[in-house]
Amino acid sequence: MVTQPTLLLRGPSLVDRIDPRVRVLAAVVFSIVTALLSSLVALGLALACTASLAMVSGLRLAPAARRLAGLNGVMLLLAAVVPLSVEGTALFALGSWTWSREGLLLAATIALKANAILLAVLVLLATLDLVVLGHALHHFYVPEKLVHLLLFTVRYIDVLEQEYGRLREAMRLRAFRPGLSSHTYRSFGYLIGMLLVRSVDRSERIVAAMKCRGFQGKFWLLDHFAMSWADAWFGAAAVAVVIGMIVLQWRA
Amino acid sequence: MASLIEFENVEFNYGPARPVLRDCSFALAPSERLALLGANGSGKSTLLRLAVGLLHPRAGRIAAFGQPRAVERDFHEVRRRAGMLFQDSDDQLFCPTVAEDVAFGPLNLGKPRDEVRRITAETLRNVGLEGYEHRITYRLSGGEKRLVALATVLAMQPEVLLLDEPTAGLDEASSQRILQLLARLPQAMILVSHDRDFLGRIATHRLRLSEGRLLPADHE
Repeated sequence: MVTQPTLLLRGPSLVDRIDPRVRVLAAVVFSIVTALLSSLVALGLALACTASLAMVSGLRLAPAARRLAGLNGVMLLLAAVVPLSVEGTALFALGSWTWSREGLLLAATIALKANAILLAVLVLLATLDLVVLGHALHHFYVPEKLVHLLLFTVRYIDVLEQEYGRLREAMRLRAFRPGLSSHTYRSFGYLIGMLLVRSVDRSERIVAAMKCRGFQGKFWLLDHFAMSWADAWFGAAAVAVVIGMIVLQWRA
Repeated sequence: MASLIEFENVEFNYGPARPVLRDCSFALAPSERLALLGANGSGKSTLLRLAVGLLHPRAGRIAAFGQPRAVERDFHEVRRRAGMLFQDSDDQLFCPTVAEDVAFGPLNLGKPRDEVRRITAETLRNVGLEGYEHRITYRLSGGEKRLVALATVLAMQPEVLLLDEPTAGLDEASSQRILQLLARLPQAMILVSHDRDFLGRIATHRLRLSEGRLLPADHE
């Protein structure tokens, strides 16, 4: 299920006061620049800035830590494997395997980048209601079809899940127990097939209902976004951080 | 005065083996509330869908608001002036919040945003859902969903209401709420329902669909 954005924050937050469009733009620019950097100092600044933003905006520790833990599991694996394949000063060796210092540094850069980007996305984007995010993307001329796809997914994922739950329950009530048998595979095949058929049916009824209310292919948004001073301050800070990162990289 | 919706010898089938409507004729007069009875699968919903052009007849003529209606273009105006309530509210409510869903129709009609906001608030007040603007539609109860669906239809200020089982699957209290609301509305209606008590208190005429034919059922 989709996590409720409000669950990520401890109460009202600073980020709520920033225009969704500014948040999307800041997250995208920051992510791209961070992904291109290679200097450890610049990346350290990036991570420090996103971490302080996370703290100031009151990001809840538990859900954020869960996501970071998932990412850093992969990073540990990288730290173990990457130094093997990068040539350089040997740190230590085990038989014919040598771990290089350069490789370890490379793994550290990757980990810094990944953590900084994930934190930025968590604070700036994951805290946005998906619907608001859809509308913000619309303002950036993201193709309307993609925005509609996002909005409809948000709305109907729950209905589909309920439908799946009902079918699954009906199966269970007739003593279905999944196992390693062709009967199980066939039954799950039927279940998925039936879900698809019902989704297509439902989508046709939804389009019919929309047509009945005068839909002719264009969505009109009820709410408009408004810029404020908070956006200007946040925007200026974000620009300063990105420029700082680039300068540090250039001097390194 | 001319009838609002008129079927003349309409025939329809979903395939050669499944005739649904045969030679159906009826007319809905202004302020008339026509009840449509019939067994499951007898074609009641099909008839409503034909009236707003979601389906097209194999033979016969359909007229609405004094004009013959045949092709998709003709029905754009019909859909604006005839509001249809679907059987399953989950099909009808697709916006994340109640206010956006109620506003969807009026925005499609090209009304300015301020007016849309006013219409939305007023319609929600009329159906007794004041303060529901920012509720998430998929988390509403079945009864609330039906009321919001009705609000989305009423927000377009239709002249005719086509209601496909408006109280199906609702508990007693929610049914009563819908019933009282509909009884207050001035619009002409075509009502599909199995609830005899409900129809008895609302309908002014009754027709029964049986084996694809429309029969008068006022004595039932």
